[in-house]
Amino acid sequence: MTQTQNGKAEKARRFQNSHLAQAWLCIVLALFFGGALAAVEANLGPIIAANKLNESKARVPELLLGAESGAQKADQGQAMTVTPRTVEIDKKGIKKFYTVFEASYADGRPAGWVTKVGGQGYADRIELLLGLTPDLERITGLFILDQKETPGLGNKIVEPKWRDQFKQKATHPGLKVVKTGAQNSNEIDAVTGATISSRSVVNIVNESVADLKKKLSTVPESGKDK
Amino acid sequence: MADQPTAFERFIQGILPENPVYRQVLGMCPVLAISNSMKSAMTMAGAVLFVLLGANVVTSLIRNLLKPHLRIVVFTLTIAAFVTIADRFLAAYMYQMSKALGPYIPLIIVNCIIICRCEVCASKQSVYVAAADAVGQSIGYALALASIASVREILGTGMFFGTRVLPTAWPNLAVMILPPGAFIALGLLLASANWIQNRKAKSGPKAKPAH
Repeated sequence: MTQTQNGKAEKARRFQNSHLAQAWLCIVLALFFGGALAAVEANLGPIIAANKLNESKARVPELLLGAESGAQKADQGQAMTVTPRTVEIDKKGIKKFYTVFEASYADGRPAGWVTKVGGQGYADRIELLLGLTPDLERITGLFILDQKETPGLGNKIVEPKWRDQFKQKATHPGLKVVKTGAQNSNEIDAVTGATISSRSVVNIVNESVADLKKKLSTVPESGKDK
Repeated sequence: MADQPTAFERFIQGILPENPVYRQVLGMCPVLAISNSMKSAMTMAGAVLFVLLGANVVTSLIRNLLKPHLRIVVFTLTIAAFVTIADRFLAAYMYQMSKALGPYIPLIIVNCIIICRCEVCASKQSVYVAAADAVGQSIGYALALASIASVREILGTGMFFGTRVLPTAWPNLAVMILPPGAFIALGLLLASANWIQNRKAKSGPKAKPAH
């Protein structure tokens, strides 16, 4: 009799000390909050994605024509039509997706491409917008959307002074980062103290231009294919 | 339990006597980082109100189920859920603001004001008291943020809430917008708050013992 009682008490004590009895509140709350957050995300996710897309889209004229003439053109009612689309690239079995904005002037002439690309930086992923001429031979502009590089050093990549080096650069021999003053036309000055951040941006640019050239050059001149 | 403050006391305490910024000096990271304009300061205060109210109410509802050694995990879980909702909401409906505030909204998760209120008040008192406490503390936080942000925005840009209040001849003190300005403004305001407190304590009769 006492033995069974002892056994029962022992069982109850063990249950009291088990992980499940200790942590059930955490588990229930985690499931409950997880469900609630999933519902929030399902409702707000598309709105947030649209916000991000619109932010990139609003930058397109500036990236293709430069800040001033971009604004001028918009004032004169020569706003461009910007069509977002997704380009799929098959790289040795790995599929990569690029968000590409195809811009054309009001009269139907192609204005160029703006693509949203990203890659590993020094601290975290760097996301940027890259403006290209219709034939993808020249870069028309660069804008950093998102970065978490070292404040004071690497995050200088967002400054126009550094970004403007990319303007009018030819894309054919890939760009190169140099530390001692750019001399050749395909060289980019590194940000002082942030060679890795600078190199990351240049690598992202080179890689995405190479990828997009394969895909977009096969597309007939923009404006006709839609 | 008899000596626990009532809902009204909790509410009043949060605003001035136990102001989270000036008296408890808690959660200084966002206070320094986002107080360079009134708009971002007030958005931050709104987010803190939402998170603190949610966390306090939920914690108070489950206070009898809490296991003492697992309480911090539960607090953090609750806070994180509400912070994520606030963060997503801002990203969906106030996108520019959400970009300006950057990581400081998600960082409310580790803001000690909220975990402190869960620990001190919500895990011990009723939902009603916990809600009053959350609102009081949030108002106190908002007032403190507003005081720092208005000093910084007015001196730094000559504007208040984005509208010009000082003549255009005012030389904008850029340093007030930059991080050093945050420390300067906070230091001077904290010093004056302490000075007022000390003068009061000296001149007034010592009726109230300090907590």
